[in-house]
Amino acid sequence: MSTEKTFKLDGRDIPFDDGDTVMDAALRAGEYIPHLCHDPDFPPHGSCRVCVVGVNGRHTASCTLQASEGMDVDNSSEDILEERRMLLQMLFVEGNHTCPACEKSGDCKLQAVAYHAGMLSPHFTHFFPKRSIDASHPEMMFYYNRCILCGLCVRVSKYEDKKSVFAISGRGIDSRLVFNSPSGKLGDTDFSPTDQAASVCPVGAILPKYLGYETPIGQRLYDFKPISVVGDETARDIAKDKLTNGGPDE
Amino acid sequence: MQDLDSFLHGLLAESGDTPDRLLQHLIAVQKQYSHIPYDAIQVLSERLGIPPVQIYSVIEYYAFLHRNPRGKYDIRFSDNITDRMLGNRLLMQGMCKKLAVEPGIPRDDGKVTIEMTSCTGLCDQGPALLVNGIAVSKLTEMRIHKMVGLIEAGVPVGKWPGKFFIVEDNIQRRDMLLNKRLIKGSALESLLVKGADAILNDLDESGLRGRGGAGFKAGTKWRLCRDAAADEHYVVCNADEGEPGTFKDRVLLNSYADSVFEGMTLCGGIVGARKGFLYLRGEYLYLLKTLENTLQERRDANLLGNNILGQEGFDFDIEIHLGAGAYVCGEESALIESLEGKRGIPRKRPPFPVTSGYMQKPTVVNNVETLLAAARIAVYGGDWFRSAGTPESTGTKLFSISGDCERPGVYEYPFGVTIRQVLEDCGALDTQAVQLSGAAGFTIPPQEFYRQIAFEDVPSGGSLMVFNRQRDLLKMVLNFTRFFCHESCGFCTPCRIGGRLMNDLVEKVMVGYATSYDIHELKKIGRVLQKSAHCGLGTTAPNAVLDTLQKFPGTYSRRLVNKSYEPAFNLDKALEVSRQLTGRDDEEAHLRLGN
Ligand SMILES: Cc1cc2nc3c(=O)[nH]c(=O)nc-3n(C[C@H](O)[C@H](O)[C@H](O)COP(=O)(O)O)c2cc1C
Ligand code: SF4
Ligand code: SF4
Repeated sequence: MSTEKTFKLDGRDIPFDDGDTVMDAALRAGEYIPHLCHDPDFPPHGSCRVCVVGVNGRHTASCTLQASEGMDVDNSSEDILEERRMLLQMLFVEGNHTCPACEKSGDCKLQAVAYHAGMLSPHFTHFFPKRSIDASHPEMMFYYNRCILCGLCVRVSKYEDKKSVFAISGRGIDSRLVFNSPSGKLGDTDFSPTDQAASVCPVGAILPKYLGYETPIGQRLYDFKPISVVGDETARDIAKDKLTNGGPDE
Repeated sequence: MQDLDSFLHGLLAESGDTPDRLLQHLIAVQKQYSHIPYDAIQVLSERLGIPPVQIYSVIEYYAFLHRNPRGKYDIRFSDNITDRMLGNRLLMQGMCKKLAVEPGIPRDDGKVTIEMTSCTGLCDQGPALLVNGIAVSKLTEMRIHKMVGLIEAGVPVGKWPGKFFIVEDNIQRRDMLLNKRLIKGSALESLLVKGADAILNDLDESGLRGRGGAGFKAGTKWRLCRDAAADEHYVVCNADEGEPGTFKDRVLLNSYADSVFEGMTLCGGIVGARKGFLYLRGEYLYLLKTLENTLQERRDANLLGNNILGQEGFDFDIEIHLGAGAYVCGEESALIESLEGKRGIPRKRPPFPVTSGYMQKPTVVNNVETLLAAARIAVYGGDWFRSAGTPESTGTKLFSISGDCERPGVYEYPFGVTIRQVLEDCGALDTQAVQLSGAAGFTIPPQEFYRQIAFEDVPSGGSLMVFNRQRDLLKMVLNFTRFFCHESCGFCTPCRIGGRLMNDLVEKVMVGYATSYDIHELKKIGRVLQKSAHCGLGTTAPNAVLDTLQKFPGTYSRRLVNKSYEPAFNLDKALEVSRQLTGRDDEEAHLRLGN
């Protein structure tokens, strides 16, 4: 007889090991919980709140919630789904996300999670912040309009690449990404397309230069399969692939 | 002025070059140079081993730190709703005009900057401001006029008339805590005589619950920390007191600091900590000197330092850390981040500070008043304390009372006192509403004034703001939504964005553009914040909106454009999207309907 510990996710038994979060165990068992600031290969963060689930009537981020025996986790009630949709809508109105004009469209997690969550429109009044582009880096572009402040690049650059190219600065609605250089320009940092941080951005904020629509819209990652099936690793591989295929044309 | 290099080297030599010193060093540099020069960031980066980008992000997080020079006279008007009710806006406008300066922008000659800041904790003697970090109370046109003269004449703040800087305690009602003086060292003697377990039992018996708001049992917290195995333990006194309308800790730190330090040392002795921190909000900078003096007196009396009261191995000392304008740093895990020199972003919990706090070590974080009460309980016993109050909320509690009443100030009451009683005592007439527990708290209408302040009924961290019938409660609501937008750390989606959406909707109601659909939206967004925000700031930020919507619906409904459920469609407003995108705002880009 198995002595495996389990908790319930929408009625299904999910096995887990000590120290697992609800997210870890669910993903391993093939159950998808939407997430943006989380990537299972890196420590959880808990900022986007899109992975919110219900436990005992309380809502909490599943990426930071320790799994425990007998827990009854709600990942699909209308309450939870609506909350997720509203959180996604908030992220859409905070920045300027013009998907048709974005190279990441079709490979973008924000877009894919929004489809998955059944978000039909941004709903809230757009903030239309005035944000710029940083094109100072020889190989990489940075689009402030699209950054959702998930902090993945910050964490990966600091802990994996040991570089600390990025940080989130300011606070509240004025939070923004900043770069580690005296000029504040990305081009004056030691950021490189081979950094792990170059391929973790869930949206089209960090992209290689000299690359436009090599893969036609309609044939991109989430065009074939929904995000609930595509793993985070595949998404990263696609991004890495683009990075190696970039570079100025002859 | 001293050259930057030698200033920094002095600073680093005197107070250390470990990464946790970052925030304290930045505060010192800001004070000396009215900003953090780029060269200072370079030096600090090298010496503390922190990448420059992280230093920028810390500077830009704290409202009192700046990368560009501020004026030589750096003025911040306190902008709590109580300051507003006392006319702070007009005073600030007048001062800006007289000094020919735009809010937030340094004057061309670099002489002065003027702007608003969150509540500075002088609600009982406002309107108030900070000049170069030091509080000035009881502002009047006359006082502003004189300040303008002093500034234009270049008189250093240290030479301004002393009466500007008088901050009164305003204790209006004393009960068991404030009446019973504590002899210096008596709680520690009690610890040495009775032992730690007996004191913990006293605390349990007393029923003392945390006075910072959450109401966690103090005895349990200390025991959990003591029992968490680690090579170091820490004690932190939370003197961030940022909740709008709260100022009782200010009074305790001004007149009862010795008891607070005694409570910290007692806690240190029990949990096995050798170091304690008092995290003092930047707004209370003017208290720093006397607090440092009190610490020195205690060291001289062998009540701090090594072998306290001659007890071998009883080593404990206290260091004061300053905040720099960030309300969320009152949240215990954000406070710990800030103590470690970082941005005050609340941590994931669990683990809780009692097992993993400062430097990931077991840490007790307690409110100022909790520590003061604990020291008294160690001397006078648990029974003494629980003789007052209610079964679940024992003892007495300090309240900060401000707003529309004749006698604002600090009142000590046994828990269980009714709101009506408090209003009578402070001379509040014709009261429309009471805002209990600050901006994050509850809006109480007159039909609920019979209610008791206690964890069993309406809990309170101790702030009570009174609004009479002449007041427009929506102004209060808007003041609070702005406060939360300004103070959100920005870490999580619902608070960062949802808080701003709520604020914008309340503004829409205020200017008379909103429909009942917007009210529905306010409720929905409010619920998302309550349910999904990462920390207590976000989960409580919508309280005032939701409470007033429920209890004072007229405040909103009389302003709505269309009282039915239909959204009003404003064609010209809809064009705003195109205007924003094209960067146009000329006549042609507007639809003028109906004229
Ligand atoms: C946004 C926020 C601000 C807070 N500010 C304070 C504060 O200024 N002072 C305080 O003692 N507790 C504050 N708290 C509560 C602390 O997190 C913590 O519960 C308290 O310091 C514990 O001490 P106590 O048990 O003695 O109350 C705040 C909590 C939140 C969520
Ligand atoms: S740039 Fe991308 S990875 Fe970095 S914080 Fe923004 S959205 Fe996240
Ligand atoms: S709720 Fe979220 S954004 Fe708001 S202060 Fe707390 S952690 Fe920061």
